Amino acid sequence: MKNMLLVSSAFALGMAATTAQAEPQAEVLHWWTSGGEAAAVKVLMEEFEANGGTWTDMPVAGGGGDAAMTALRARVLSGNAPTAVQLKGPSIQEWYEEGALGSIQDVAEAENWDELLPEAIQYHLKCDGEYCAAPVNIHRIDWIWSNASILEDAGIEPPKTWDEFNAAAEKLQGMGILPLAHGGQAWQDATLFEAVVVGLGGPEFYRDALVDLDQDALTSETMVQVFDQMRTLRGYVDDNFSGRDWNLATAMVINGEAAFQIMGDWAKGEFIAAGKEPGEDFYCSSPSRGAYLYNVDSFAFFNVDGDDRQAGQQLLAKLTMGKNFQKVFNLNKGSIPARLDVSMDEFEFCGRQSNAELGDAIENGSLLPSYAHGMALRGAQAGAVTDVVTAHFNSDMSSEDAVAQLSQAVAASQ
Amino acid sequence: MTDWLEKHVPKLVLAPSLIAIFVFVYGFIGWTAYVSFTKSRLLPKYDLVGPIQYEKLAASPRWEVALTNLAIFGILFILFATVIGLILAIMLDQKIRTEGPLRTIYLYPMALSFIVTGTAWKWILNPGLGIESVFRDMGFENFTFDWLVNPDLAIYTVVIAGVWQSSGFVMALFLAGLRSVDGEIIRAAMVDGISTPRIYMSIIIPSMAPIFLSSFIVLSHLAIKSFDLVIALTGGGPGYATDLPATYMYAMAFSRGDIGQAASSATVMMMIVTAIIVPYLYSELRPRHD
Repeated sequence: MKNMLLVSSAFALGMAATTAQAEPQAEVLHWWTSGGEAAAVKVLMEEFEANGGTWTDMPVAGGGGDAAMTALRARVLSGNAPTAVQLKGPSIQEWYEEGALGSIQDVAEAENWDELLPEAIQYHLKCDGEYCAAPVNIHRIDWIWSNASILEDAGIEPPKTWDEFNAAAEKLQGMGILPLAHGGQAWQDATLFEAVVVGLGGPEFYRDALVDLDQDALTSETMVQVFDQMRTLRGYVDDNFSGRDWNLATAMVINGEAAFQIMGDWAKGEFIAAGKEPGEDFYCSSPSRGAYLYNVDSFAFFNVDGDDRQAGQQLLAKLTMGKNFQKVFNLNKGSIPARLDVSMDEFEFCGRQSNAELGDAIENGSLLPSYAHGMALRGAQAGAVTDVVTAHFNSDMSSEDAVAQLSQAVAASQ
Repeated sequence: MTDWLEKHVPKLVLAPSLIAIFVFVYGFIGWTAYVSFTKSRLLPKYDLVGPIQYEKLAASPRWEVALTNLAIFGILFILFATVIGLILAIMLDQKIRTEGPLRTIYLYPMALSFIVTGTAWKWILNPGLGIESVFRDMGFENFTFDWLVNPDLAIYTVVIAGVWQSSGFVMALFLAGLRSVDGEIIRAAMVDGISTPRIYMSIIIPSMAPIFLSSFIVLSHLAIKSFDLVIALTGGGPGYATDLPATYMYAMAFSRGDIGQAASSATVMMMIVTAIIVPYLYSELRPRHD
């Protein structure tokens, strides 16, 4: 009993000591667990500890973040939220509305985030006008990756519109080459779909249909054409695509079994790991005619007690937006920095192209959140759209039926 | 003191597990049913709003697919597992020499988890890797067996894998039942010159009615809660063509942050289970008059 007392009073003393110094503490929940990603997040951990902080890593792998979100829900419900959590897009707002998020406005103001970040992306990171999350990267979703030697043999340029893509695919099919490598998983079908929506309909239509869920746009003639194009694309895919993982589809392009893949820029990592040179062995082009679909990963900061943990949030927010971390993390992950003033010299060809086109899209106001990757819509609504897209792509449903179902599913999800 | 202990120890020992069951089973069933009448999204909310979650469920084409699949899968799975299990048991009951090894071979799939079964069958049924490609390599150029990637037929591949997994277990149940039939009756029937098929149809199988009931109960709850098999075999695809109520519930609860929908679908699943279990409990628990 006496020992217990001694231990606990020593513990209390220790606590008091740390509180007085407010040594930054951070418990970080994330699901960057695969090779390149884990290396990327380790950079941040080392920087954090070099600045006198204590980093408690809480990686939860599995289900593309589903497992991590389950863990997060349990932690928040039990009143013990992690310091920072890998969150993105509208789910930041959802957590804010549950009253779970804190503010890092002080750091953001001191570091001048308003100047450094594209306006469209600031929108996702602010809760009621104050920053509550810090961005780590910008992924571009609407890329067509192509095998350079196949394209050269066929005398095709990397397609920049869906018409060009269709013409190229017809030609390749005539030569007995599989045009499109695709994995039949709902989110991959959705990735194709949003690239078609923005490519055929343009940025305004995309915003109306997939951000604002405007019924007129969802039931328009353009949307019928979008589903027609999805049906056309289905014809360019092999019969064995169901359930195929995205990296296996990328491997088909790498090995010359297929000419194209439409996938976010994480596919680039597979090419580079296979020893292929961007711009020489494989090309990256976008069918979006100047628009740019982004997916921004970020750390959201939850309400926590204790000076040490709040100091941890401040430090983490500052380091996350630091030039060094933004560069090193994104070199590892295949994306590009979220802050606009990082030198792109060390990035490869497609990364520089992504950055250049990002600048153009910001100027034209055509920088758009990806629906397929949870940037544009809340979970239930995005899920309702995806259900229709994947049901259409994997059956012989007519485009008109798909549009009717889409409008109905969206209405029911609101 | 000893008397008191003797009287109360059993109750004391049982009390914790009883409390645990009430809280963690019935308490949470009640909680789920309650939440299914709220507008809960990311986190549970507790303002009752009426049956809107059930209305949404009824309007959802995906839920309709899930229920239809449950009916197809449930009926075919139970039927085939029972019939194949019975046939295997009768074959093994013919006093053959290698019964021991054969019994183990047929029972072996039961030792695998559904994840393993699903993954193995995913490869076997994959048109580019499995049966179809083997036959094509053998020269049958037009051989097609693409059920796994055909949205209309994919649910039947789940039946195939499920039956493969479970019929050995049903066989073991029936084999035990066959062995417990009174040998005297059978010998008497044989003396009377009744044919073997007739003996099975008229004497042995009818006397195994309780085994049929047990295997039906075991198989039907396997079917209703079936989740891992679908996840491993088809991932619910192509599209959502092989969704089952359990995978629908999981998607809503854990991927989409729609706890209300998840709770209402879980409640419907529980009602389906209840509809099957209650008649069984009733028939088991009523006083017998014989």
